Amino acid sequence: MSRAGSKRVLQLSFPARAAELRGIRDAVRDAVEGCGCSAESTADIVLAIDEACQNVIRHAYCGESDGLIELEIERRGNGLVFSLIDHAPAIDPSRVQPRDLDDIRPGGLGTHFIRRVMDQVEFQKPASGRGNLLKMVRRID
Amino acid sequence: MEHAVREEQGSLVVSFEGDVDLEHSPKAREVLLRCVAAGQDVFVDLAAVSYIDSSGVASLVEAFQAARQKGTRFALVAVNAAALRVLELARLDRVFTIHETLSEGIRGSA
Repeated sequence: MSRAGSKRVLQLSFPARAAELRGIRDAVRDAVEGCGCSAESTADIVLAIDEACQNVIRHAYCGESDGLIELEIERRGNGLVFSLIDHAPAIDPSRVQPRDLDDIRPGGLGTHFIRRVMDQVEFQKPASGRGNLLKMVRRID
Repeated sequence: MEHAVREEQGSLVVSFEGDVDLEHSPKAREVLLRCVAAGQDVFVDLAAVSYIDSSGVASLVEAFQAARQKGTRFALVAVNAAALRVLELARLDRVFTIHETLSEGIRGSA
């Protein structure tokens, strides 16, 4: 089912494990390309979704887990809406912020990539009232 | 991800192939840090890297910093467009020394 004016182009559910991410990237790449995104935009979006999944594994599930991650991509007009849901304890969104890039050190780049690539990034309360929901919007270009 | 390490004119050349992602970056980190610890200049060939994420980039940054502490050279060579885009997003294309070819890098360190 899709809400009026939007079309679901991908829906996936997978365990919070690093070995899952390659398949997720392939599925996102196919879905986003199928919506008409350029090769450059597609690569950026694949990176951002991968990094968002990694944040769930690291910060929500606190490491690899059998806990599920649900990814949905909807096309709404000239934009793509990405919803990433987990069932871990609710995180404090203020703890998932991009860091200062002038501070050259390993780690902490994932959130920066997500914010650079996506036009909107917002933590919302999942409909179930449990877990975390990250909404990301990116225009198609 | 596959990797290979070879010696060229006194330097170590580390080549990665495939996806340097969350699953494989621990191995990339281990290989890079081991090469830097050997005390030779290190060149990392990224020509055959199909994908690199923040964890792969973090491995490069950590090895780069370890080399700086040791006083040895650490440079990236033959960085393909996909990997360069990720380095640009992280603004690390201005931090790493990047050579178009290995021979250019080795010449520069001679």
